Amino acid sequence: MTVDADIILRTESVGKRFGGFTALRDITVDFRRGAITSIIGPNGAGKSTYFNLLSGAFPPSSGRVFFEGSDVTGTPQHRFAHMGIAKSFQITNVFPQLTTHENIRVAAQALQTCFDMWRPRAAMKQLSEVADDLLVLVGLDDRRDRIAGTLAHGEQRALEIGMALASRPRLLLLDEPTAGMSPEETRIMMDLIVKLASERTVILVEHKMKLVMGISDRLLVLHHGELLAEGTPDEIRSNELVKRVYLGKREH
Amino acid sequence: MTYTVEKAAMTRLPKDGLMDMAYRHRVLLSAVFLLVFPLLVPFKALAVNILIYGLYALGFNLLFGYLGLLSFGHSALFGAGSYACGILLVHYGMPWWAGLLLGTVAGGAMAGIIGMFAIRTSGIYFAMVTLALSQCVYYIFYQATGLTGGENGLRGVNVSDISIFGLHLYFVDPVTRYYVVAACVILALFFLSRILASPFGAVIEATRENEARARASGYDVRRVRLVTFILSGGFCGLAGALQAIHLSIVPIETMHYETSGLVVMMALLGGMGTFFGPFIGAAVFLLLENVVSLWTVHWQLFVGAVFVLCVLFFPRGIWGSVLHWVKK
Repeated sequence: MTVDADIILRTESVGKRFGGFTALRDITVDFRRGAITSIIGPNGAGKSTYFNLLSGAFPPSSGRVFFEGSDVTGTPQHRFAHMGIAKSFQITNVFPQLTTHENIRVAAQALQTCFDMWRPRAAMKQLSEVADDLLVLVGLDDRRDRIAGTLAHGEQRALEIGMALASRPRLLLLDEPTAGMSPEETRIMMDLIVKLASERTVILVEHKMKLVMGISDRLLVLHHGELLAEGTPDEIRSNELVKRVYLGKREH
Repeated sequence: MTYTVEKAAMTRLPKDGLMDMAYRHRVLLSAVFLLVFPLLVPFKALAVNILIYGLYALGFNLLFGYLGLLSFGHSALFGAGSYACGILLVHYGMPWWAGLLLGTVAGGAMAGIIGMFAIRTSGIYFAMVTLALSQCVYYIFYQATGLTGGENGLRGVNVSDISIFGLHLYFVDPVTRYYVVAACVILALFFLSRILASPFGAVIEATRENEARARASGYDVRRVRLVTFILSGGFCGLAGALQAIHLSIVPIETMHYETSGLVVMMALLGGMGTFFGPFIGAAVFLLLENVVSLWTVHWQLFVGAVFVLCVLFFPRGIWGSVLHWVKK
């Protein structure tokens, strides 16, 4: 395969079956470097399944996944952060009993050391500074020493993004980053995503189509486990098939 | 970048400086406590037992309290250390310190073998797999009579005189024995403290808190578990080896699953995930056993009741509750 530097991630006819149920069928997509690509679709369209294939939570049943030209199909989850792919979960997923700062610090540490048992962790000052900088970036610097489990929902989601950024990813995968958020929190999160996308590639899964129309460079529409449409927001907006799927949903 | 460092220093102003200080010098404080401890205990042999079981519970607590994996097979790790030390002393005439050292290694090695199978599972399955494997180990040691003495235990693990850097000590003297064992335990506490404060300690915490997130952050959770299990085995192996030279015999019960259950009770009683809790748990358990069994042969009923009450009303354990109360 020729390596196209503009393509950061590619799925080649990937599919996923759970027992007898086919959640995803034959999806071939090139994700462009530097863009915000949103994966949208109604409930049960296979968005989360597709996200999990991209982020390595489980391997596809068929097809292959390429990251920066190399085949990463079936690579164990913990390798992804080291390769330059980070993700946030759909359900908030932090280290609840650790402080906000330690959450990010330990995430950043993964790239440097795991089994170092002798040095005090406080001696790794630069990791602590990385964590402090990321806290500023995601707007949590005034929550530094709070226990993460006690933060507000929106703050925990922001923290999770901070943790994902700790591995200095070239590709950031976000699974419904605004799920369960108030309109105010949603707006802050969307601004943050746009800010982050200036320095890295972002792929996000979103249930609410309207939300991502304004910020996305490209959109993928999934429906019943298949790729229904792909294109710029304008193309998707005027796509008859997409209209039917989303309008059809609105009728009841 | 300087502003973040300043800010960090600002927010770190000691709110409860005393607790902070106690936390930073936890090894020293523990050591001081252990050094005066025999003055509070009626029998020195009991004090030694408390040290040994406290160390055993400490090793267990690293896996259970800090990583969050409940093992019901720790008797195999404790027993491996005990038998390794005993066999090396009895059959190979090795010096006591080699017995302790290789007992520690044996505990870790046994943990490595059991861990290779067990770490694939978690929760109740992990508990069951470790229990089953420890029973296999029990059976092997029970059958290998030539080496282990089988049912009768391994007799003749006698250590009477020991010399450390030219200092000759009479190990049969209970007070001397206590302080030799205490020295080993304090060394173990120092190592544990280093591990907990290290980057790997942070990974252990993170894995306990949220395995999926730890994996997504880039940690190989299985290997983290295996390494922690092996470390836990090392501490338990040392405890077992100390028990062998303390009792002069390795009874087959060392390997029995009751010994696994015992350490779960001690850790829960003391407070899982606390640095010094395991010793408190071991002390309370063994003191209760000792005192109550003077009155009645049904001491287990009494100790059991205390345990149940403790779990129901002080789920943090004795030491955990004390720490919680002081922090408030």
